[in-house]
Amino acid sequence: MAVVTRDGEAGVAAGASRPAAATRLLGSRLFASMAGLDWLAKVWWTCLSISLFAGLWELCWAMGWADPKLLPPPHIFLGNIAEQGRFFNTATRWQVGTSMTEGPSAFESVLITGAATTARVFAGLVIASVLAIGVGVLVRYYRFFDRLVLPTITLLSPVSPIAWLPVAIFLFGIGNAPAIFMVVVALFFHMVLATINQIDTVKTNFINVARTMGASKPQIYARVIVPAILPGMLQVLRMNLFGAWMVVLVAESTGVGYGMGQVIMLARNTFNPSLVFFTIAVIGVLGFAFDWLLRMAQRRILYWLPDTAERLRVL
Amino acid sequence: MSSEIAPHFSSKDAVVCRGVGKTWAAGTKRAHEALRDIDLDIKPGEFVVFLGPSGCGKSTLLYLIAGLEDATGGQIWSFSDKVEMPSPERSLIFQETSLFPWLTVWQNVSFGLAIRGASQEERRKVAAEALQRVGLIAAMDKRPDELSGGMRQRVAVARALAMRPKVLLMDEPFAALDVQTRARMQDFLLDVWRDSGASVLFVTHHIDEAVALADRVVVFTSRPGRIKTIYPIDLPRPRNLFSREAETIRIQLTELLRDEVDRAFAEQEAFATPA
Repeated sequence: MAVVTRDGEAGVAAGASRPAAATRLLGSRLFASMAGLDWLAKVWWTCLSISLFAGLWELCWAMGWADPKLLPPPHIFLGNIAEQGRFFNTATRWQVGTSMTEGPSAFESVLITGAATTARVFAGLVIASVLAIGVGVLVRYYRFFDRLVLPTITLLSPVSPIAWLPVAIFLFGIGNAPAIFMVVVALFFHMVLATINQIDTVKTNFINVARTMGASKPQIYARVIVPAILPGMLQVLRMNLFGAWMVVLVAESTGVGYGMGQVIMLARNTFNPSLVFFTIAVIGVLGFAFDWLLRMAQRRILYWLPDTAERLRVL
Repeated sequence: MSSEIAPHFSSKDAVVCRGVGKTWAAGTKRAHEALRDIDLDIKPGEFVVFLGPSGCGKSTLLYLIAGLEDATGGQIWSFSDKVEMPSPERSLIFQETSLFPWLTVWQNVSFGLAIRGASQEERRKVAAEALQRVGLIAAMDKRPDELSGGMRQRVAVARALAMRPKVLLMDEPFAALDVQTRARMQDFLLDVWRDSGASVLFVTHHIDEAVALADRVVVFTSRPGRIKTIYPIDLPRPRNLFSREAETIRIQLTELLRDEVDRAFAEQEAFATPA
């Protein structure tokens, strides 16, 4: 991130020796070429956004406002990945007869830990969405099911995932299962309500058209309601993705042998702010990548939707 | 059930209404009567326009005839079948675009065939025929959001025609279009109507539209909607809408409608004024 900032500064410095107009021309040309390459512009802005944030932090450190022991700036907590990575080796560290130096390298440890947490998020998200969309559709499809199930779902939706934590451990002990259970239980109830809400907002005309064409109830659900709620559901999924990342850490910090949550707890217990921020950075990157993948999928699946952000851009 | 069917209707008629009424939210505090005592006979191949002030229940009657809503009084038949649920024989075209955005134009047009499990080739063939009739064969593989408002309504008409309906129900289909496009769409609709031989029931609150299109104009009273009068228009087609006769009809319809609009206004004011 810091490299990008330097490059930017270097560009400006080089331009300063030439007349100001030339600099402006160069700048506008650079900008125009980026508008042509849309993705490149996006990468550029993403880097700029992050380096601005990191730069402010570094500035606070340089001015002496941020104590490096409590709020270590990025160049400190990202500076020594090998050092930090050692702590990620939680999978083998607690095993009897295993020394801290054995097992995977620091970099591998970070990868393994990140992958384990990501896999739990992914599994939880998939299970929760399938269950929630299924139950949501059934609630609207069968009035009987609605009356039987919806009150309980509404009753359980406000319960904090923290409250489910002991239940997860009672039921599943220690391992992947309680973490995945936590993600599912944190998302499921809201996603059911969101699905029902999406179904209720399907345009009446769409349903009426299908009815006049002689479509049966299952056909209306399969051919009209499901495609019509898809855009909204993917949005719901994206919002819940972040929720899943938040919950998985809570679950991992207690029940599970290894994972990002464990590293955070370790950092807390050993008073290691650098490790906390390093882990936060890793989580951020993973979550960002996950969201990006989901947005790509969204664009592929929802080919018919116009780019709505474009409408507001003209204001 | 058969004993309920009243004997006094001609089974050849496209639509027969006897004493049809509709009260929304019947039996609750919010109950309000939208339609009362509608008696109406529509011949096969006839073009009938429902004209009335906004909220007079003319669209409600269309939905009842389509079978999308149940009448709370009276009975409706279509070609001697009692109307109890929607049927592809009575296609409804809405004011608002109702094309499915996730399907291409031809898939939209052949949606009804897909429901019946027709093969891909058959669906494409029927869709091509229907789109040919509305002059949009070139747009076959486009998506609805790539079309203009007028083109979308033509696709909606094609979708209805693909079902080979005997009755075409149209709920202010051109209301969202600009004046020039609307005039072209009216000509287009008359061509389609002549070719298809279907009866058309067309809801509008535009007098000009009624004069341009209708064999008969059913003028509605304001709430609850009742038939005030049925006004036949005998002008030869293609019609010259600027002729003296057309002007006379326009004036007479305006007079008929003005009373109702005045009454609706007075009611709204009474409603808004605290007692």
